[in-house]
Order: sequence, then C-alpha cells, then structure tokens
Amino acid sequence: MGNFQFDWQAMISSIPHLLEGIPYTLLISGVGLVFGFVLGIVFGLLSINPIRLLRWPAIAYIEVFRGTPVLVQVLFIFYGLPEVLGGPIDALTAGIAAIALNSGAYISEIVRGGVQSIDKGQREAGLSLGLSRLDTFRYVIWPQALRRMIPPLGNQAIVSIKDTSLFAVIGVGELVRQGQIYIATTFNALEVYLMVAILYLVITLTLSAILRGLERSGLVGQ
Amino acid sequence: MADPIVEMKDVNKYFGSHHVLKDINLEVVPGEKIVVIGASGSGKSTLIRCVNGLEPFQGGRIVVDGHPLEPGNTSKTSRSLQAIRREVGMVFQQFNLFPHRTVLKNIMLAPMRVRKVGRNQAEETARRLLDRVGIGNQADKFPTQLSGGQQQRVAIARALAMDPRVMLFDEPTSALDPEMIGEVLDVMRELAAEGMTMMVVTHEMGFAREVADRVIYIHEGQIVEQGPPAEVFDNPQSERTKAFLSRVLKH
Repeated sequence: MGNFQFDWQAMISSIPHLLEGIPYTLLISGVGLVFGFVLGIVFGLLSINPIRLLRWPAIAYIEVFRGTPVLVQVLFIFYGLPEVLGGPIDALTAGIAAIALNSGAYISEIVRGGVQSIDKGQREAGLSLGLSRLDTFRYVIWPQALRRMIPPLGNQAIVSIKDTSLFAVIGVGELVRQGQIYIATTFNALEVYLMVAILYLVITLTLSAILRGLERSGLVGQ
Repeated sequence: MADPIVEMKDVNKYFGSHHVLKDINLEVVPGEKIVVIGASGSGKSTLIRCVNGLEPFQGGRIVVDGHPLEPGNTSKTSRSLQAIRREVGMVFQQFNLFPHRTVLKNIMLAPMRVRKVGRNQAEETARRLLDRVGIGNQADKFPTQLSGGQQQRVAIARALAMDPRVMLFDEPTSALDPEMIGEVLDVMRELAAEGMTMMVVTHEMGFAREVADRVIYIHEGQIVEQGPPAEVFDNPQSERTKAFLSRVLKH
C-alpha cells in the first residue's frame, strides 16, 4: 500500500475520453439486442413447435449459443470466420453479431417461457370463438406473454450491455477499450476503471428505470 | 322430429390407456336443452369439449350443423373445425376472459376477426349483449375488476356475439361463490327461453330440472340413463343413477 493517493483529478479528466466509448457500447448492445429479439422470437416459437423438424434446429441453436462463452463466439466470428469468407469482418460488426446470436439464444428461452406460462384456457377460449390459430396467438396469447417477458428481457439487456466490455479484446473502441487506451498513457488504473464501472452503472440503472416505467405504464400487452 | 344439429355416433376417446368416452351416441335437435350430469371424472366435460373439437377423439364420428369431425388430423377435419367453432359458442368453468382486453374488446374480437364485422357494428352488438346480460355499465373495465358472476356473464355475451347456433356450457357456475350462481343461471334461463340449443354440464340439479328437455347421466364414460328431468330425477331406472342422485340431492 504505502503512499498511495487517490487521484480525483485523473478520474475526472478521464471522463471525456471514456465518453467516446459509450456510443460504441450502446450501438453494439442496442443493435445486437434488436436482432437478438428477432432471433429470440423466431427460435423461441420454433422451439415449442409441435413439428420436430422445426423444433430441433431451434433447440440446437439455443443450446450452442447459450452453452458457449460470448467471448469465444466473438473471437470465432472476428478471427475465425474471415478464413471461410475470404475477407475481414470489422470489429463492430463482429461485436453486434456476437451479441445478437448470444442474446438471441437466451431470449428464445424467455419467449418460450412467456408463451408457455399463459393458461391453456386462453387458447381454448380463442379457438372456441372461431379464431384461427394464428389470430389466437396474435391477439390472445402473445400480448399477455410479452407483458410477462419484460422483466427477463430487461435482465438480458443488462447482461448484454455488460458483455460488450469483452469486445475490447478485438479492438472495438467501446468503454473498456477507451479506458485501456487512456490508462496506457496516464497509468491511473484504479481511478479510470472505477470511472468505467460507474459509467456502466449509469447506463444499466437508466435502463432499469425505463423498464420499470414501461411495466407500470401498462403500454405493453394491451 | 327435426334433423339433429349435433350428432355423436359411436364416439370413443382415450387419454393414454384410460378409456374416457365409451361408444357415445347422442343426437341434439335445434332448440333442445341437454343437461349432462355425472360424478367428476365421469367424462361429462370431455363429452361436450369433443363437440367443438377442443378434445380430439379416437373412434366414431361427430357431425355439427352438417360439418363432420372424424378421428385424426385431416385437412377436411380442420376445415370442419373452423366452421363448427364459428357456429358453436362455449362458456368455461374458469371464464377464460382475455385479461389484457377490456370487457368490450373481449366481446368485439371474434366478430371483427372471424366474421369481418366493422368496428362500430361490433361495438354496438357488444354493448347490446352486455345490456342483455345485465352489465352494460361495465363495458370499459378489465375482467379482473369484475366479480366472478359478472365475468361469467361477460363470457356468455362474448360467445353470443358470434351469433352461435349451439351453446356449450362446461360447469359454468362451479367456480362461482354461491351468491353469484343465481345471476349466471338467470342469464342461461333467458337464453333457453329464447330457444337457444344448449348443452350444459352442471351440478345445479334445480336448473337441470327446470330448464332441461333431456337429462343425460354419464358414468365412467358411458351414457347410463337419459330422459326428461322428471323421469331421470324422480324415477331413475339404473342403480348407478339412483346412487349418484341420492348423493347429490341430499345436500
């Protein structure tokens, strides 16, 4: 320990540099999660399809991308895939793809759980009224399932935002990467990483607040 | 006698190895009110759930309003199912209202999506039906804001909005507090008086005696006895019917 002194000044002056990373963090997680949501709906619904030929590939996707680390996935996409494609993939695209595929697997399970949690009487009521199976799903099951999915979806969004910090290793200029670059010149690791942590917390707390408001507003699932 | 609107011929159903319905033969003519009674687990709910295809069956044939249902998942059967469900309304023990839609929108959904009725006309019909079941002032509430009896009356209005030719009631008062049973039975009595064809599974023997044209007693998946309520209740022929009635009428 000895004569360590916390350098407030270093912490404050790191902020402008770190803020340059936030657009990348938000872009990768935001776009990645939008694609992940689409993948999650598609594969989540396929995973409860009675037709085996549709169900099995969906379950395989979920198990593979949920069962391997997102860091390995992004390394595979960024360093591995170009060998097959014959051209490089830029780091931003690789990061977005990794978040999309990884969150998509988790969101598939959220979708499956949400849909299966709806009482079977709801489906029977829809069908008994003459609604088609598609309309029964669209107007009766899905709105109720979506509402129940908000808390776990919010959870997944927070996990994915934090996962983007791993992408510093492929050189995306996100929050952690900006911190590393700054520390390389100033050597204030403690102060800068503390600031990095605080900025993640600001993002995730903001998201939590928005989601709570959304849940309370009752706008979802009407 | 008029042609039957519901016809079940040698219907057999299994849940796995459990034989739930055994050689059910039943014809219901338009305007007839059938009350199905029996112990729990006797197959009475399963029987009426077969009529609108909520339960598949493994043997025999069901024809509803000219549309045939047969075992197996053929395209002909699935076309029949769509047609039958448009013409047959169903009321469930647990109401099964859509909790995310207002009372009004619960009722408007099927006419708009299935019959392609315009919004204004659907709303007009919905309000008229709510008045008819005595809760016109609850139209904009959500189902959970209503009492059980009110919810079940909404469920009846929702089924009626499709202008069905047959109404199925699957223990419509069994989930209700005692003081709310009467208001639901009153709506059903009115419906019966207007000539609706009804198949009702219930434990309300008073209602059966008063409203039914025919009472059917089911035991272990078989129709053991059927006839006008006065005969079945006052002069049952089968020992099983006698035993069942002595148990339920004692209370």
